[in-house]
Amino acid sequence: MDIKKLKETALGGILNNPVFVLVLGMCPTIGMSTNVTNALGLGLATAFVLVFSNVFVSLLRKVIPDKVRLPSYIIIIATFVTLVQLFLAKFLPSLNASIGRFIPLIVVNCIILGRAEAFASKNSVGYSALDGLSMGLGFTCSLVILGGIRMLLIAAGFSVFSTAAGGFITLGLLMALFNFIMLLYRNHVKAGLLKGGEAL
Amino acid sequence: MSVASIITIIVSAILTDNIVLSKTLGICPLLGTSKKTDSAVGMGLAVTFVITVSSVVCYGLFKLLALWDIVYLQTIVFILVIASLVQLLDIVLKRFSPTLYNSLGIYLALITTNCAVLGSANMVVDMGYNLLETFIFGFFTGIGFTMVLILMSGIRERLSRAHIPAPFVGFPIALIIAGILAMAFSGFSGFAF
Repeated sequence: MDIKKLKETALGGILNNPVFVLVLGMCPTIGMSTNVTNALGLGLATAFVLVFSNVFVSLLRKVIPDKVRLPSYIIIIATFVTLVQLFLAKFLPSLNASIGRFIPLIVVNCIILGRAEAFASKNSVGYSALDGLSMGLGFTCSLVILGGIRMLLIAAGFSVFSTAAGGFITLGLLMALFNFIMLLYRNHVKAGLLKGGEAL
Repeated sequence: MSVASIITIIVSAILTDNIVLSKTLGICPLLGTSKKTDSAVGMGLAVTFVITVSSVVCYGLFKLLALWDIVYLQTIVFILVIASLVQLLDIVLKRFSPTLYNSLGIYLALITTNCAVLGSANMVVDMGYNLLETFIFGFFTGIGFTMVLILMSGIRERLSRAHIPAPFVGFPIALIIAGILAMAFSGFSGFAF
């Protein structure tokens, strides 16, 4: 096991956060982050599909011909999404009523196809599962943070945040905040280098 | 089947229940292809074509699935239909309009993963539209998408000359513009039919 690669893969969900850095999977992020329950439910459903599609894409990466790889990946993803759909309909009907509309759309969530293409098709099963888990949890965390902030704002009486408009604006502001922190961090590193001190 | 119900579908697809600004589907292409008006128009029309045809085809296939009692295959079947349509569009555009093909670039293949397309195919099934209504709904949903894309691209072309604070450059400012547009569009929901 290569420790460095393991660490990089495990931290992928934070350093390459799907929502704030890669800007993938925006539609469920904005549509389903009106409260924490929906955000958590959809995030975990996405993480489940991401882990299993990564594992299967990785297992089949030497079998699938290069030319038909995208349709094959989509079929694998759609299979797991259907599983989630059936599971929710049977065991969690109340959650299904609120997020059911967005479950089929996990198929077209760019994060999943993106990780299958960029990571799972090139790496072994263990790393792919870890990458799926890390990315999935990173996505869930961003969704829950966004959901929490919107929930607080709605409770404070700003009903506009329960609409799509509020979702766009909250995400835009959060992303700007994320960029701002990254800018500060980079300047800090640069300043450290100029002083001759050690880079962080 | 009355004229009034058709007008209701048209107005709600374009204005009151706009696919991007009210149902929050298709945001990736909105952020990705709205930097220039030319590519926004091209992308919008390509998506309109795919949404219209895929809604109608998925409507027919769903009837078959319901007939054979295998409705749980809906997601897999729909996404296959959409993927093949996009492939077809790719071949046709490459042959007949290479300029548009080049300007769309990677985003043409990404129509497959545009949730507006799969979303509207699912909506048609949920709403229980008939064939004519499905066609009209698909077409005008696409037109609504195109309109928002053109609006965004117009604003972003002007913004490219404005001074924007560093943390907001790129996606954050685009999201905030989309939010303001969405607020403006929510004013249309006062229309009663």
